[in-house]
Amino acid sequence: MSEQIVNKKIEVINTTKIFGKNAKRASQLLNEGKSKGEILKATGATVGVKNASFDVYEGEIFVIMGLSGSGKSTLVRLLNRLIDPTMGNILLDGEDIVGMNKEQLRNVRRKKIGMVFQNFALFPHKTILENAEYGLEIQGVAKAERQAKAKESLGLVGLAGYEDQFPGQLSGGMQQRVGLARALANGPDILLMDEAFSALDPLIRKDMQDELLQLHNDMGKTIIFITHDLDEALRIGDRIALMKDGEIVQVGTPEEILMSPSNEYVERFVEDVDLSKVLTAGHIMKKADTVQIDRGARIALRMMKKLGISSIYVVNKANRLLGAVTAQDASLAIEAGKTLEEIMITDLPMIPQDTVLIDLFDIVSTAVIPVAVIDENNRLQGIIIRGALIGALSGDNQFINNNGTFDSDEKTDTEVKING
Amino acid sequence: MDKILPRLPFAEWIDNGVDWLVVTFGTVFDGISDFLKGIVEGSVEWLDMVPSILLAVLFALLAWFVSTRRIALFTLIGLLFIDYLGYWYPMLQMLALVLTSVFFALIIGIPVGIWGSQQATARKIINPLLDLMQTMPAFVYLLPAIFFFNIGVVPGVVASVIFSMPPTIRLTMLGIQQVPKDLIEATEAFGSTTWQRLSKVQIPLAKPTIMAGVNQSIMLSLSMVVIASMVGAPGLGEEVYRAVTQLKTGVGFEAGLSIVIVAIILDRVTQHAGKKKQGGITK
Ligand SMILES: Nc1ncnc2c1ncn2[C@@H]1O[C@H](COP(=O)(O)OP(=O)(O)O)[C@@H](O)[C@H]1O
Ligand SMILES: [Mg+2]
Repeated sequence: MSEQIVNKKIEVINTTKIFGKNAKRASQLLNEGKSKGEILKATGATVGVKNASFDVYEGEIFVIMGLSGSGKSTLVRLLNRLIDPTMGNILLDGEDIVGMNKEQLRNVRRKKIGMVFQNFALFPHKTILENAEYGLEIQGVAKAERQAKAKESLGLVGLAGYEDQFPGQLSGGMQQRVGLARALANGPDILLMDEAFSALDPLIRKDMQDELLQLHNDMGKTIIFITHDLDEALRIGDRIALMKDGEIVQVGTPEEILMSPSNEYVERFVEDVDLSKVLTAGHIMKKADTVQIDRGARIALRMMKKLGISSIYVVNKANRLLGAVTAQDASLAIEAGKTLEEIMITDLPMIPQDTVLIDLFDIVSTAVIPVAVIDENNRLQGIIIRGALIGALSGDNQFINNNGTFDSDEKTDTEVKING
Repeated sequence: MDKILPRLPFAEWIDNGVDWLVVTFGTVFDGISDFLKGIVEGSVEWLDMVPSILLAVLFALLAWFVSTRRIALFTLIGLLFIDYLGYWYPMLQMLALVLTSVFFALIIGIPVGIWGSQQATARKIINPLLDLMQTMPAFVYLLPAIFFFNIGVVPGVVASVIFSMPPTIRLTMLGIQQVPKDLIEATEAFGSTTWQRLSKVQIPLAKPTIMAGVNQSIMLSLSMVVIASMVGAPGLGEEVYRAVTQLKTGVGFEAGLSIVIVAIILDRVTQHAGKKKQGGITK
């Protein structure tokens, strides 16, 4: 995610949803600062969403996370007004949908927002193709054109060839692909996904996450993704909003949520995170000591002695990693009068910055010299010491770089994300 | 102890009301009467022009088309048996009465059911009315029907339309309301109009339930044929009624058996028509 994200696609402003008859009285109590439980007792009304305010930027994956009953489904349904807010404003591209009439709202739903549901919500009496066509069909798009578009979006989710089957004949994962294709066929800017992968088993779920990220990368849509699963949130979210009892308790990047939970609730939430699946090489790497290739063996050896290390990386002027030399080889080279190029080891363990720790274990434990972290241009970003890997996994913050990079004068131009 | 409250003359009020309707809308009722009579008698005439064996074969083929071969075979044998017993023409008369009644019960009942499925207020009106229609003895419908439509087949049709309509309305409402909430949400989320939601998703998915209602309506309408014959509706019901009043057990049994055969055919055929081919998967 190197592009600048600035455009506000969605703005939710002080939005509240109260279910039940006594909404007026309940909102009064809400203003007085009463809790969800107290309001339920006093009025019988349920607070679904409590005074939510946040922005979603164009092109990001915005994850809304929270335990069951925390108001995620309600919140996401406010965004296309499947549920009408009790109070507040919701702007899509600067336009308030709360004041829209039925006709205008229908238009927004048809053109701007697609939705994917937890239990797929496919039409069982329609074929896969007819399901994918649905959004265009109700807009009155001619049959040939809508079939072409529906086929295209089925192709995007890898379901070409299944057009004439019925939903009941497909597995859960495939059904949800149809759900995704149906939402994409309309060409919406915004996708709402309410626990879209929660009904799938873990392996399929991970595939779907990867594919969603790929699609997002290719199409650049704004995605609001609901989940109750922190691992999923951390994996796919550019930013995450954490909900509790209808309230948004923290909004931030995955790193912010993990590293600086804003209150005890968030802290408890992130406590059980499997760090090995969340932290990446970028989080634990250290600044690498390097020697430029034209400096020669003598200088390399002196640097190693000074720094008290037994090997050093060799780079060119552009900081591109070429290899490494050990102190032993360097002293032999000095005796034999060889250059660095002749003696350096080029067969090095190298990994990209976004490798998660769980995938690092093997490499780090078998490597004789610290593992090098490189970017896509082969430039050296840092190195991984075994001790840092273990330390980070035990949750010790001193081994974890705050934003997935560390302060170095060699600024990278790619920002690090938790996932790939 | 009696006469603490004056006895209210309900019966008189109703008589007066019916009288007023007859006087005020006499020509309208006459028009309806002629129309219904034309339909029933016209279709009997048409059906009777086809030789009975050929017609039995045609019905059997129709049964095969919408249901199974076994039911088609039963249809053929059953109808030929009725012909053999000599009740072909009364059977046609009964069939015309039943199918006409069901036709009107459906074209009124299904839209009412759809309306009821959409609005809670509509349901508040419809449900008590249905309770009333179903608990009122079928007999009672005959009396005003005679006033409005004279005697003959027409009051029979009218009474059985009213008597057989409730299941269609109820099951149409039920079927539409039973469509899972997330499917409704999906139609809404994509920007469907109310009619698009109904016609593209709710009604197709409610079809098996609606067909169960249609099936029940047909059965109720069949159960009315003997009662309808008391006001002069011709057909197998009339044969049974006459046999009962003249204590002719054998004739009564034969005619009754013929009604049962027609009932079984209609029941099985409509049951299968409802189940067939839902989403490409039978059952
Ligand atoms: N239609 C409704 N009527 C009344 N209460 C509701 C309704 N929908 C949701 N709620 C209540 O609102 C709260 C939030 O629910 P929901 O948004 O479904 O949570 P989540 O999706 O996070 O599990 C819950 O307490 C739930 O019981
Ligand atoms: Mg939910």
